[in-house]
Amino acid sequence: MVFGLVVNEGPYQHQASDTAYNFARAVIGMGHSIIRVFFYHDGVYNGTRLVVPPQDDRAVTERWSEFAETHQVDLVLCVAAAHRRGILDESERQRNGKDAENLAAGFRISGIGQLVEAAILADRMVVFGD
Amino acid sequence: MSGYRKGRELIVKRFLYVSRRPPHGTIYGHEGLEVIFTGAVFDQMVTVLFLDDGVYQLVKDQDPGALGFKNYALGFRALNELGVQAICASRDDLTARGLSREDLLVDALLLSSFEITDLMENQDTILSF
Repeated sequence: MVFGLVVNEGPYQHQASDTAYNFARAVIGMGHSIIRVFFYHDGVYNGTRLVVPPQDDRAVTERWSEFAETHQVDLVLCVAAAHRRGILDESERQRNGKDAENLAAGFRISGIGQLVEAAILADRMVVFGD
Repeated sequence: MSGYRKGRELIVKRFLYVSRRPPHGTIYGHEGLEVIFTGAVFDQMVTVLFLDDGVYQLVKDQDPGALGFKNYALGFRALNELGVQAICASRDDLTARGLSREDLLVDALLLSSFEITDLMENQDTILSF
């Protein structure tokens, strides 16, 4: 079965990202595949490279980056939501005249169309949020 | 949109977007509407449903300009033209909040809880904001 995941909350603030991550691991562990994990609303905060995770707690963003690399899973931050919240890749940095980009490894920034596409192509969409 | 295919068949799914939160206090309604707008060009079968405090998003004569907020709910009026099949709202949730069809800024289909269950069972994908 092909799954699409949506994460609507930021790291640490809410368990959504943790639950989505654990669910994603279980999906792969059981032999299914993930077409895309789409981060929307505050979910885009999962994709900033500037996170300094607490020493005694889990590293939410890093975990996602590693997961993406190990299993070749597509992690997408919504560009509109990312703009509002200050998460930029190099292309958006240049296009909007900003002095820095801060996208974490394993993530890419793209449009809402990627969410809709995932929903069309996946067998199941699972939404993690408040 | 040329569409997505499974083999030679164009994929057309029944999409339900569910909104359960009131407008303006949080961004979910506004950003939710942005997904509905974008999704509208993908030629799928789209229904939008307002439940719980989400019904407040449909109330007419909102004036968030005094707060510097965008009056995004006016965008719900464009949904039918964009090919959204129906805008639905829970009749019970409206009534519980002292609202009726006359208070709404669009002509919404008011559904009972049985009809809502039925609607949800007949979808391929449900996205909630």
